[in-house]
Amino acid sequence: MSAEAAGVVRGAGSTAPVLAGRYSYGSITDKIADIVLEHRSGPAFWIALGIAAAFTLLFLVAVTYLFVTGVGIWGVDQPVAWAFALTNFVWWVGIGHAGTFISAILLLVRQKWRTSINRFAEAMTIFAVAMAGLMPILHLGRPWFFYWLIPYPDVMNVWPQWRSPLVWDIFAISTYIIVSILFWYMGLMPDLATLRDRARKRWQQVTYGLLALGWRGEARHWQRFDSAYLLMAGLATPLVISVHSVVSLDFAIGNVPGWHSTIFPPYFVAGALFSGFAMALTIAIPMRSIFSLQDFITPKHLSNMAKVMLACGLIVTYSYAVELFDAAYGDDPYEKFAMTNRMFGPYGWIYWTVLLCNVAIPQLIWSGRVRNSPGALLAIAIVINIGMWLERFMIIVVSLHRDFLPSSWGSFVPTFWDWATLFGSLGTFALFFLLFVRFLPAISMSEMRRLNEEARGIDR
Amino acid sequence: MSAACYGVMAEFGSAEALLSAVRAARESGYRRLEAYTPFSVEGLAEALELPPSRIPLITLIGGIVGGAGAFFLQWYTAVIDYPINSGGRPLNSWPMFIPATFELAVLGAALAAFGGLLVLNGLPRLRHSVFDTPDFDMASRNRFFLCVRSSDAQFDVARTSEWLRELGPLRVVTTPAEAHG
Repeated sequence: MSAEAAGVVRGAGSTAPVLAGRYSYGSITDKIADIVLEHRSGPAFWIALGIAAAFTLLFLVAVTYLFVTGVGIWGVDQPVAWAFALTNFVWWVGIGHAGTFISAILLLVRQKWRTSINRFAEAMTIFAVAMAGLMPILHLGRPWFFYWLIPYPDVMNVWPQWRSPLVWDIFAISTYIIVSILFWYMGLMPDLATLRDRARKRWQQVTYGLLALGWRGEARHWQRFDSAYLLMAGLATPLVISVHSVVSLDFAIGNVPGWHSTIFPPYFVAGALFSGFAMALTIAIPMRSIFSLQDFITPKHLSNMAKVMLACGLIVTYSYAVELFDAAYGDDPYEKFAMTNRMFGPYGWIYWTVLLCNVAIPQLIWSGRVRNSPGALLAIAIVINIGMWLERFMIIVVSLHRDFLPSSWGSFVPTFWDWATLFGSLGTFALFFLLFVRFLPAISMSEMRRLNEEARGIDR
Repeated sequence: MSAACYGVMAEFGSAEALLSAVRAARESGYRRLEAYTPFSVEGLAEALELPPSRIPLITLIGGIVGGAGAFFLQWYTAVIDYPINSGGRPLNSWPMFIPATFELAVLGAALAAFGGLLVLNGLPRLRHSVFDTPDFDMASRNRFFLCVRSSDAQFDVARTSEWLRELGPLRVVTTPAEAHG
């Protein structure tokens, strides 16, 4: 059957394949669906699942103890009332942004290589934003009143303060997670239908059948699907930029030296994409080995993601330079002091570690040999993850610990429960992600079939 | 029998074969056509001469309702229902209302796009006649189906099946109508 002849898909203007090996629609479908339906997980999967589950338990313990006792179990106090929870919040939201960038912005600019990485990147977004959304709630002294931020006609006759960025935040984050879930689920519907049709076990047929919502691939359905999918991508693009801008305004609208800066929105958006691509690489590189997806997530993908990461890293570097320039060129002694304190104060080592992780080490990506080595990229991506977490810690804690009045200076030392919340949230994220790869197709089958079809058009 | 069946299905092995079959069917005067494919086939909507999708309009309306509703909510609560003097700023400090307005406009548009997709497609749906077609589970893998509905003016089970067989499909089958009772 000539139509089943496979093609090797190449990105525009490049010779490296974005789909290695020779596949047909059928074999692409089988390979991706079998990961979900056939349940052949190696020991690496079970070890990863065990570790993730252990840290999830730690998270549950930490959160339970927090709810029973209060935020006093953390190292926070005056003047450093915002510390790990807010650092984790900004870090997790930022990680989510790369998923939206891959699935929406790269779709709009017709980057075909995104096809095999968009599904897992969207899942990464949802789980990261879920972790992020928890953090401010955990941080509330009375978390059971978090819904007071939502406008509803209450018996107290009060409404939210619309001029506060903390209120904008709840709208930005909840819109972001709802739109991310809708976008992800819409893309999943045709794949859930494939799983329903291929499943041989009764529970799988029923579960995937219900989740597919009766999708049958009719031409009219596809026409509306394409239209809605493109519109969702168009909506998600400005949304993702607005979300981290709003997050940055949580700080920039405050008058604390080190926060009160107009560069914050673009600086935060670039930082978000930088850390998000680092997390996407941190996930993609082990995932392609554990689930044998090297033919779909090729060195070309890893190298492209590394290039985007490097570009975002350069914007972040520029922002660091502008912060210093502003302080030096401006005439605000508090701002000048904040920058000097950041570099040479008690937390000075964090500043230099941030520069090492986010400015110096990513420059290795200029080398083609580094870009083509998954091991090197994984190491650099982990370094950037740590560097970006420390950057947020630096912005939040180091700015707060010494502000205007020396009499109210203080310091922050994390407790065991601070660390338990951070590593617990990482474990919970990893657990969700591993279960996602196990029970849902980590690569979009319908888009891969279409990519394969278009490639044959090019080959002819 | 023609009243009792949903239509006649021809199964094809490639998107090109399906597209040329659709064009041939339109030329022969068949109008009640449905095509089932494992991915969105470029040019299929044009070949079937489908009307443009109404999703963009629905999305636009959702966005306008979300944004206008959010601005009204903020204006009403900040100016009419709960005016507080916050540092001497005007009560209707509209630039500060933009972020929530923007977010809810996006939310309204996205919910409308997703809801519109489901409603126009008639989903969720537990049961549909086409799933009784033999081999139809391949429609989500690597097979392409063309269905001539029994409601088509030219439809006749025997003649339509014969006509479809001349297009060189893998097979032609009759899809029974949904069983009642």
